[in-house]
Order: sequence, then C-alpha cells, then structure tokens
Amino acid sequence: MEQAIRCEGLSKAFGRTRALQGLELAVPAGAVFGFLGPNGAGKTTTMRLLAGLARPSAGSAWICGQKVRAGSREIARLVGYLPEEPAFYGWMRPREFLDYVARLFGFGPAERQRRVEMVLETVGLQDVAGRRISGLSRGMRQRLGLAQALVHGPPVLLLDEPASALDPIGRREILEFIRALAPECTVFFSTHILADVERICDQVAVIANGRLVVQARTEELLRRYALPVFEVEVEPGQGVALQRWLQELGAAGWLLGVSHAADGNSARILCREVSEARQALIAGLAQASLPITRLELVRPSLEEVFVRLVQGEVDK
Amino acid sequence: MSALWTVWRKEMLEAVRSRRLLGVTATLFVFGAASPLLARLTPQILQLLPGAEAFAALVPEPSLADAVAQYLKNQSQFGILLAILTSMGAVVQEKERGTAAMVLCKPLPRWAFIAGKFMAIGASFLLALAVGAVAGYYYSEVLFGGLGLGRWLAANVLLLTWLLVHAAMTLLFSTLGRSQLVAGGGGFGMLAVLGLLGSVPGLQRWLPAALLGWAARLCLGGGGPAWPALVVSLALTFLSLIGACVALERQEI
Repeated sequence: MEQAIRCEGLSKAFGRTRALQGLELAVPAGAVFGFLGPNGAGKTTTMRLLAGLARPSAGSAWICGQKVRAGSREIARLVGYLPEEPAFYGWMRPREFLDYVARLFGFGPAERQRRVEMVLETVGLQDVAGRRISGLSRGMRQRLGLAQALVHGPPVLLLDEPASALDPIGRREILEFIRALAPECTVFFSTHILADVERICDQVAVIANGRLVVQARTEELLRRYALPVFEVEVEPGQGVALQRWLQELGAAGWLLGVSHAADGNSARILCREVSEARQALIAGLAQASLPITRLELVRPSLEEVFVRLVQGEVDK
Repeated sequence: MSALWTVWRKEMLEAVRSRRLLGVTATLFVFGAASPLLARLTPQILQLLPGAEAFAALVPEPSLADAVAQYLKNQSQFGILLAILTSMGAVVQEKERGTAAMVLCKPLPRWAFIAGKFMAIGASFLLALAVGAVAGYYYSEVLFGGLGLGRWLAANVLLLTWLLVHAAMTLLFSTLGRSQLVAGGGGFGMLAVLGLLGSVPGLQRWLPAALLGWAARLCLGGGGPAWPALVVSLALTFLSLIGACVALERQEI
C-alpha cells in the first residue's frame, strides 16, 4: 500500500532533552491515523518536524514520497497543518485570513473565492466569516484552523489535537468531518481523547518518552493487547458495598486491576484469564450477597490498552 | 514574487487597521508643519513668556536655515523613535503569538516574509514623511520662501534612507531576538553605537547620520554630498535584511 507519511529513525533533541528517539512510522495513504501518547511523549515535535517547521537531529521523514525539509515549499503544498493552539491575526476576519492563505498558495481571484467559501461552509463558519477573529470563540478558532489547513486541498492533513477545544457536539461534527475526508485525504492526528481515536481511526500509533511503542490497526491493537474486562453493576445505593467487596478481591491471582465508574455503582474489572475470573466473580458476588443488576464480559477500551502500553514503556 | 506582494498587502492592511499608519503619519505631519512655524515664532513665544523677554532680543532673526534645521531635527528624532518602535515587533511578535508557524508552513519563502515586512515599513514611512514634507514645505515657503522643491524632496529622501537603515537593523534584531524588548534594545543600541562612532574623528562622514547633514546642505546650499554615508547606509540596510532572511531561514519556528 502506498505510504502517505514515512519516518525513518526520526529524532529530535533540545539540548540534552531527547524529545523524539528514532521514530519509525508508516502511515498508509487514505487512512485516518491516530497518534497517541501522554503529554511530553513527542507528538507535537513529530507534527512540527513533518510540517517542516523544525529540523530533525537525526533520521528523515517523507510525505507522499517527498523528503521533508524545513521550510520546503513542496512539502507545504502536500500538507495541511493545524497546530495544537492555532494563532491568527485578530484584526482579520475569517474570510480575509483564508483568502490570505489561499494567496500564499498562489490561487487566482476566482479560485480563491471558490475555495474560501467552500471551506467556510465545510467547517460551518459562513455566519461569522465577516466578524473579527479576535471576537471568535475557541471552538470557532479551531474550526478556522481546520479551514486554513484545508484551503489548498492537501493530500495529507496533520492535525495536532484538533477536537480538544470543542464542546461535545462540535467535537462530534469535526470528527465526522475528519472521517469523511478519507480516503481522498490522509489524516494524521494526535489526541489525548482516546474515544475519538476509537471512533474514527483506522490505525493507531502509540508513543511514549519519544519512542514508538506500537503501531497497528485499531481493531488489531485491541485484539492483541487488550485483556478481558468484566463490568459489574449493582443497584443504586450499593456502591459502598461494591467497593468494599472489590477491595477484598485485591489479592486474587486472576485480577489485574479495577476501575470504578463515576456513579460508584459499577466497576470494570481487568482480568488475566476469562474462565477463572468468571467463576471467581460469580461465586464471590453470590457469597457477598451483592444486589447485582449486571455482570458482563465487555469489549476492552482503547484507554485500557493505551494505559497498559504506556505504563509498560514508562516502567522500562 | 506573488508571495512578497501578499505579505506586503497584509502588512499594509494591518498598519491601517491597527491605526499604526495613521499614528506615524499624524506624528510626522504635525512635526513637519510645526517645525517652520516654531522657527518663525520662537522670538514671539519668548516675548510672551514671563521673565524670558530679555532673551527674545538675543535670538537672531529667524531664517529658512532655522526652519530646515528644526524640521530635520524633529523629523529625525520622532522618525527614528517610530522606526524602531514599529519594527521591533515585526518578526518576534509573530513568533511569540504563533502566527509565524501558521503562515511559514505554507509555501511562503522566508525571505519574502522579511522583505514584505520591510517594504511595508518603508511604504508607511514614505507616505508619512511625504505628508510631513508637504506640510513642512508649505509653511517654509509661506513664512520664509526660497526653498527649492527638488532639493527639499531630495533632502527628505535622504531622511527616509536614514530612517530605513535603523528600521532594517531593528528588523534584524526582531528576527534574532526572543522578545520585543530585546529587539527594541538592539535597535536603540545600534543607534547609540553609531552615535558614539560619530565622535571618532574622520569616521563621521562614513556613518548614516551624515545623511542628515547632507540633507540640510541640500536645502540651504554649501558643502558637498556625503556619498560614503549613503553607500554605507544602503549597505547596512541590505546586510541587515540579508542577515534577517538568513537567520529566519535557519530558525525553527
């Protein structure tokens, strides 16, 4: 499969701090690719290197077969980049800013107008296109950031936390929009919201401490790394009893971890092995006479896989 | 080339919207108009001041030379202040705010980013100084007469050249520095350094400030041109801009 983004031994050091250490990555063309990692893992550094805003200390990267060089105009035409905190000229209006960006790409007046109106409509900013950018909300600025990344119709989009500043409805709209961009456009986006990745990404790469921990298809990652999870729910008001019982389970050999839901009436129990855990749970719950409403073997979440993978890297 | 004009156009629009262009033009207009007026009215003003009447008699009859000297002094002092203040944030502010990262990941050559900004600063000062020069010429002619238009224009071109030397050097510091304060400090520092060098015998005629003396001589006659100062000024401007372009090219945004 053709690769939209390729990194070979990509490294970046800031003085003694090694932000990125030999990153090897291959992003297939047309994919929506989730780039996951805890804060300080090297996600933004990778984005900046790919956007040509920084130079690698070692290694190289290619976008659509073109080697990435800082300040390269060829790369700029191939990439649409949305930084984590997009900055604009507050005195400009969204339509003016997009026109300015389109001018930088050398489009003629008619083509500029067509593209600007198209992206304004795409991100839902037509109604505020004549207002000063300084007066726009953070969510609107994020949409404008997405619009400026799209105005030249790039084959690759680099989005650094594109939905983190949006409210739930805005986030869903943007995610659906990003999903719809593929397969014509390859989307490489970093986020700390794992539910977003699960919702729209075909593939995922996890980095920690500047190193790639794993790269796989989202489903494969869940299958390969996820451990069985039981979800147990008790009747309202029985949360304290449930927590007490879970504490008593602490020493069981089949148990790997427990996470409580916010309401206190349910919990997720991470197990080493399904059959032993099932038997122990049913017997234990019956013995404790807990009024359970549900005991279910559920699909493990990407968050559980992520925490496990990152924790493993941190422990190294 | 289209990228250069795009940046220039955006910078000019910003100068208009932020009222920076209005501020610079108004300042140079006011001092351009006020200089010949002040030169003419100084004896009368002194007579009106209580206790200063005796000094009025000591002040010689105002002449065109006083008007020109007053004009060049005021426009150079306020002009240099404005040139440094308007240039010091040009690049560093964009880097601080993050707008540089937004536009420099587009197919915008970094030299065009610098050159577009300098051209906009130049255009702003050209306009502002032209307005000030028209006002200064009008009042000088009305109050004193005998000021040749061609010589007056040439004198103002020299004044503009001198201002742009300092604007270019400040732009270089704005590219190299990490804050506007550093950039402004660099701009004013260079002004001080060149001022100190001017006190070295034989060196003055090579320094940009000699353009101001040449401008005065152009208006009033007498003395020759300061070609070495013009060459050094153009070289300093060119080298500062090249330095800024090279520095930005090497920087990570």
